[in-house]
Amino acid sequence: MQGRFKSSFQATELQARTAIRVTLERLRAAGLNDDRAGDVEIALSEAVNNVVEHAYAGTEPGKVRILCSLRPQRLDIRIGDFGDPMPLERLPPGLAADLSVLRADLPEGGFGWFLVRQLTSEIRYDRCNGQNHLSLRFDL
Amino acid sequence: MSLTSTVMNNARIVTVNVERIDAAMAIQFKEDMRAETEAPPDRVILDLSAVTFVDSSGLGAIVAAMKQLGDHRRLDLAGLTPVVDKVFRLTRMDTVFKLFPSLEDALTTLDG
Repeated sequence: MQGRFKSSFQATELQARTAIRVTLERLRAAGLNDDRAGDVEIALSEAVNNVVEHAYAGTEPGKVRILCSLRPQRLDIRIGDFGDPMPLERLPPGLAADLSVLRADLPEGGFGWFLVRQLTSEIRYDRCNGQNHLSLRFDL
Repeated sequence: MSLTSTVMNNARIVTVNVERIDAAMAIQFKEDMRAETEAPPDRVILDLSAVTFVDSSGLGAIVAAMKQLGDHRRLDLAGLTPVVDKVFRLTRMDTVFKLFPSLEDALTTLDG
């Protein structure tokens, strides 16, 4: 099970959705099992959504690149963009939400980074030359 | 219309007719749910069997839909497909909502 896939698109919801769908199709065709493919779909969608919503916020939607490297024991996905850096140039902690509160106080957001951290074996954020790089590793 | 509803077994069944509840439609979903669940009964069952993907925004919209109902009403979820089920369990939202494997299970299980 092996493959390298690249995709490049503009940071709009529609193009992101298509690019993620195509990426998943390619990964499945290359042999990624259903269960792990589901994990990748969730984590990749959250990470790319973050780029669409925040990296290019207030400007024209810029370019996003997804680079996948699939090997028998691991999948590496690198997401690159030229948008704003992450706040404090750091990955959000993505802590679990406190659900022990009253119904009216239940959180309606903040689950995204928690999901990414739960589903990946490792994540890393780097910024250099005005580019953001988010690396996701999935052990298979 | 992405949501349709009917009443059966003293529950309002709201069926989601789209495959995704995500960032692009979270706000619309919340508004559509408000409209569909305005009328009784108190128990609402959200039939998610056609939904193959819910992201964190979609999850938030479903939580918001429950909060909109008010304390004396309940929102149960039925027919969660694998990826959707995973999102709910990872975030431990299965402790906030009752999840049923199918609509039939939800309808035949009495309160408790």
